[in-house]
Parts: sequence; structure tokens; C-alpha cells
Amino acid sequence: MGRFNQGSLVVSSSPHIMDNVNTTRIMLDVLIALIPAFIMSGFIFGPRALLLTITCIAACVVFEAGFQYLIKKDSTITDLSAVLTGTLLGFNLPSSLPFWMAVVGSFVAIVVVKQIFGGIGQNFANPAITARIVLLVSFATPMTTWPLPNQLLGTVDAVTGATPLGILNMGTDLAALPSNMDLFLGYVGGSLGETSAIALLLGGIYLIWRKVIEPSIPLAFIGTVFIFALLTGQDPIFHIFAGGVMLGAFFMATDYVTSPRLTSGKIIFGIGCGLLTMVIRLYGSYPEGVSFAILLMNILTPQIDMLLRRRTYGGVKI
Amino acid sequence: MSIFSKHLPAVHVEHHKYTADSPTEKMPVPDKVYISMAQHIGAPCQPKVAVGDLVKVGQVIGDTEAFVSAPIHSSVSGKVTAIEKNLTMSGIWDLIVTIATDKKQEVLEGLAPPQVDDKDSFIKAVRASGLVGLGGAAFPTHIKFNPKNLDEVDSFIINGAECEPYLTADYRTMMENSELLVNGLKNILKYLKIKRGIIGIESNKAPAINKLRAMVKDTPEIEVMELKAVYPQGGERVLIYETTGREIPIGKLPADIGAIVSNISSVVALETYIETGMPLIAKKVTVAGNAIRTPKNIEAPIGTQVNQLIEFCGGYKRIPRKLIMGGPMMGAAIYDDGMTVNKNTSGILAFDEESASVPKETSCINCGRCIRTCPMLLMPALLAKAYEAKDVEQLQKLNVALCMECGCCSYVCPAKKQLSFTNKLGKRLVMEGGKK
Ligand code: SF4
Ligand code: SF4
Repeated sequence: MGRFNQGSLVVSSSPHIMDNVNTTRIMLDVLIALIPAFIMSGFIFGPRALLLTITCIAACVVFEAGFQYLIKKDSTITDLSAVLTGTLLGFNLPSSLPFWMAVVGSFVAIVVVKQIFGGIGQNFANPAITARIVLLVSFATPMTTWPLPNQLLGTVDAVTGATPLGILNMGTDLAALPSNMDLFLGYVGGSLGETSAIALLLGGIYLIWRKVIEPSIPLAFIGTVFIFALLTGQDPIFHIFAGGVMLGAFFMATDYVTSPRLTSGKIIFGIGCGLLTMVIRLYGSYPEGVSFAILLMNILTPQIDMLLRRRTYGGVKI
Repeated sequence: MSIFSKHLPAVHVEHHKYTADSPTEKMPVPDKVYISMAQHIGAPCQPKVAVGDLVKVGQVIGDTEAFVSAPIHSSVSGKVTAIEKNLTMSGIWDLIVTIATDKKQEVLEGLAPPQVDDKDSFIKAVRASGLVGLGGAAFPTHIKFNPKNLDEVDSFIINGAECEPYLTADYRTMMENSELLVNGLKNILKYLKIKRGIIGIESNKAPAINKLRAMVKDTPEIEVMELKAVYPQGGERVLIYETTGREIPIGKLPADIGAIVSNISSVVALETYIETGMPLIAKKVTVAGNAIRTPKNIEAPIGTQVNQLIEFCGGYKRIPRKLIMGGPMMGAAIYDDGMTVNKNTSGILAFDEESASVPKETSCINCGRCIRTCPMLLMPALLAKAYEAKDVEQLQKLNVALCMECGCCSYVCPAKKQLSFTNKLGKRLVMEGGKK
């Protein structure tokens, strides 16, 4: 027997070293990537936009902690996934939405979509997207009333108008369409976190650089929108910068839990998102289709995973 | 093979090769050695000595008639003081021969180079040398070198990857025993009638690559191949793929696709036996980790206790909380520093409290990292789910048997799930399920 033996030595299975990436770090990286868009939302829509996002974050964290306390599960709020869901939900709302509606949305996202299905990693659809759609269906008017930019005081009765896609959808006053530069910077009407393409692009590049996401989904998604627009005689630049494409492609469609696991599947998933987005935009009654497109593809994810089998080393398909 | 690259997936782990430039030091013979009779996969040896016998260096002290086995030799001269059952690292009760050393290291009289002139005498010599897979698996070498379809084997691959962090013993062997290595390989090619010899070395060992390349520049049948310095280049299936581009079909052996793989130290030990008649009695071991005062490469007699090696390194610098036999990716945590150096020991690592802590497992977030990383192109996240559901059929469908427990999946998992360990359990479950 040696001097150091049972009791003083930890005996655990290999490997004995691990990468320092953990779930919290990944969520933190996504939150960092969202900071530019968060700041831009304040510039574009005023302090109320910031407050609305913060409300969603707070509500999501409280709902998660409360629900886990009630069902006596270990709290997972320190993994920051509830903070992220809150941020993404906030980004998908018009900045003038009543605060209580944002709280209802947070409830749907965290309790109904995430926790009832078993918590992180178990939900079939993206919580923020599903919550946004539930709100859209339940509160159609406030969810489609778009304050226009530069309302620095951001009160509820600020000037509102149509989003660029709304203008396109009505097809009446195409001259009112913003310049592509305004679109790129985000000084247009829309959900508070989705308008600034440049800010979202920066965040997306950060995520790819940090290897939090693979470029496959965003490239396939945005590429499909671009090509579809080109083929149908639309302005492709307008379509990739307008509406929720950037936010959706980099931050919502890339949600690990609800997107396919193999790169090949991710590409199909991204193409599907792009196609559905454009079909809804051009032929549907809603001006914007990103949320519906992602939700539909979320639902198809298990099928995509099932169809795309993998060939292992040694040549067996699994 | 992935569509985008001709390499198998791998992970970048920090190398921590701090002892790369520490020449091997021969440690003094300890007062006692404890030599296990089960140092290989297969049938354990029967002791060929009795308590009270005097033994010399190189004397056979354990052997068996069983096919899957290799003899065991005394690493010291001295007196057998005990032959007792003891719990080995793998949790099996086994016979341990204890020898009190006389420190004279008298070599067995009549120890002479073996007569080798053809394949059969060569294979006989391989067995007599006591060689087993020295990298970890400890499979008797004379069986591995003599597959049924030896005539189909066209490549003999030496694993100089040493992809495990911290370990540098193979690197030191390549630098210090390069003659033995090259001559050993030449003999292997000659007697086994294999066309091509490949030494695969990771790019982070440039001096060894250069040295060996210079030595074989007039030997066209031997090639020194530079491998990317990623983990696990040294895995048998990975190494064969990276050096020859061949994959071993499921259920087949390396020889079926024309390859035999061996470890650096095995070839050197074999050539030592062929040239001098001295069998495998000592091992080069890297002793490292942040709880060791002066990490070193040590040549230690087989049967030396771990704490003696650590003593030779100046002892513990901090209170050790984890001791590992082997490398940090695949080595086994041991529960007692009184355990001994065996034929297949390549490293001893000691870590302090902080490095020993095991992170808490959280829920799988379906990030796909494990799937992207698995060198065998398995789907560890799904395997883990199948194991949790005790779904034998699904485990088989997902081909759990192919998992080499390299640990890449566990290494990258942000939820810190013990995926490779789960696969080990999964394999066991499939085997038990198959028997019913
Ligand atoms: S331990 Fe097994 S499943 Fe995990 S990466 Fe290695 S081979 Fe793949
Ligand atoms: S790496 Fe871990 S968290 Fe990611 S999919 Fe695999 S098991 Fe799940």
C-alpha cells in the first residue's frame, strides 16, 4: 500500500482533461454576440426597446427559477439559457409592445415550450420563436404595430408605420421603401432587435469565429433567400437585410436543440428556412415569414436527422 | 470519411510535453519489486519460481502453455519473498511475485541472443522476449505479428504518434534508441516478409522525424511519415487510415487490410532481445503532472512501485488528488500509489486538487460537438441516450462496438457528459444482452 490511497485519491473515468467550453460559456458567447444588436436597438427605437428586452430577460429567468422550484428540480438559471431566450424573445417584439404581453410571451417560451418538455435540450421548437408566434396570433394588432426609428423617447403613441416588408407586401407605395443603407444599419421599422443587419452580422461572425455555430445554417439560409429573390426578380440585397433574416439565420435557426445535428442536415435545414421565408414573403398573407419558416423546419428536424444517416469509419451506415 | 477532408475528425488538446527534452534517467533498483503474473490480455502466467528462490535479471519467473500469453521475466536479481494474490488495477485478483532485490543486478547466466533465421524462429523470439502491446492494450505481440493472412500484409506501421498529452517516453525512445528502432523494423520486414515499413510521427516531434529520416534515407522500404499533431493519431484504426488511407471494415482486423501496427517501445524492446538476449524487464515511463516536483522520463524495472518513481522525481510538489497510469485522455485513474509499473505502463501522472475535480454533468444541449469530433464517425450523443434507455438494439445499430474509448467526445462536450465511459458501459450491456 502506498502513502496515497483510497479516500485521498479521486478515481474517475477517462478522459481526465476536458475542453474548457461548457454550456454557460456557449450561452455567454451568444449573448456577447447579441450585444451590438442590443445597443443598436436602443439607438434605433429608444430606451423603451432596451427596457422591453430586459423585461423579457427578467421574466424568463424568474419563470425558469420559479418553475424549477415548484417541480423541485435543480435550478439551471446559471447556464444563462433563460437569459438568452429572454433576449431573443425581446428582439422579436415591436418596441411598443405592452410590457405585460412580453411577460406572457416569456411564460410561453420558458414554461410551455422549454420546461414542460423537460428543460434545456428537450424542447422540440425554439422557445423564443414559438412565443413570438403565439403572441402574434393572440395579440395581432400590438404585435404588428411598428414604431418608426428615431423615436428617442419611445412612448407608446409614437409615430408608427409599416416595415419595409410590409410596404412591399401591400405593394402600394414602393417609393417609401428605405435605402439599402438604412436597412443595413437598421433605421427601419421592425422587431426591435432584428433591423440592424450590420450589428447582427458582426455577432454572427463572432459566433462562427468562436466555433459556437457552424456557418452551414446561416449560409444556406441567407444564400437561399438571396437566390430566390434573384430568380423572382426581387432585390436580393433588400431581402437578406430586411425583416428577420439576419437574426433568424444566425441566432434562431442555429439553436442546437431544434436544428439537425449533421452538417448535411444543417444545410438542408437552412435551405428549407430560406425557401419557406421567401414563399411566405412573396405569396403568403403575412409580410414576413422567418419565424414561421424556422418553426416549420424545427418540426421537420427529427425527420431530417432520420433521413441523413452517417457512414461510420469502417463503412456502416448508422 | 467526411466529405470535406481526407482526415478523420480529431481534437486539438494542449500537448503539455514538458519532459520532451529530459533524457531518460535510469532509476536505482528499489528494495522490492512486485511483479504481476497478469501483464497481458489473455491467460495469466503461472509462477515458475517459489518463495525463497534466488533469481537473476532476465530469468523467466512466469509462463503458461496458453496461446494468448507472454512470459514474464525478473527485472532484478534477488530473492523471491512472497507469491500472493493481490488486487490488480483492473480489479482482478492476481498473483504477484515479490522479489527482495540484492541491488547487484546479476544477469542470468547463459543469456544470449536468440537464434533467428526465419519467420518461425523470429516469432518464437518475439514470444520469448516477453513482448506485449506496450502502448496500453497489452495484447501478446507474437500473436499480433503472426496473423493467419500474414502474406497479405504489405505495411508494417510503427506508432510514433504519442498523441497523449504529457507523455514523452516514446519520443525519448525515438531519440535515444533510434538505431535499435530502425534495425528492429528492418528485421521485422525481413523475417515477416513485409514490403513496406512506416513510422508515423506527429509533427510536434520534428527532431525525431528528422533524425529517423536521415537514418533511413538509403532504405527505400522504410518511410517516416509526419502526422498532424492532433489527438488521437495513435489510435490503431486512425493511424492506419492516416498513414495508408485504408479503413478496417467492421469486424475485421488490421491484417485483413494488409497492416500490422506496433508501438515504438515494442520494436526497440524486441530488437534489444534479438541483439542481446535481454528480454523485456524495464520500461521507459514519463512521470509528470502538476503534483510532481520534477517531471522526468525514467527507465524503471518492471514491478517498481509508482511511489518509488515519484520519489525519484523529488516526490510530490502538491498533495496529489489524482494518479493516472497512462495519458490523461485514455489512462486509468489508480487508487493507490503503491501500484506497480507493468509492461504496458507508459506514463504516470499526478494531479493536484484543482485538476482532479470532475465537472458536474448537465443536460445534453444537442450541440453536435461530440458527433463532429468522433474519429470513428459515431454519434456519441445518441449512444448515450440509447444507453440511458438501456436500448441494446439501438446501441448495436449505432455501432457502439466501434468506439475505441478515445475520449474525444467527452473532451469536447460542453455539458461535460462522460460519453466515452458511457460507451464502455454500453458495450458491456450489448455483450450481456447478446448472451441472453
Ligand atoms: S470515445 Fe468512442 S464515441 Fe467517443 S469519440 Fe472516441 S470513438 Fe467516438
Ligand atoms: S457534445 Fe455533449 S451536449 Fe453536445 S451533443 Fe454531444 S452530448 Fe450533447
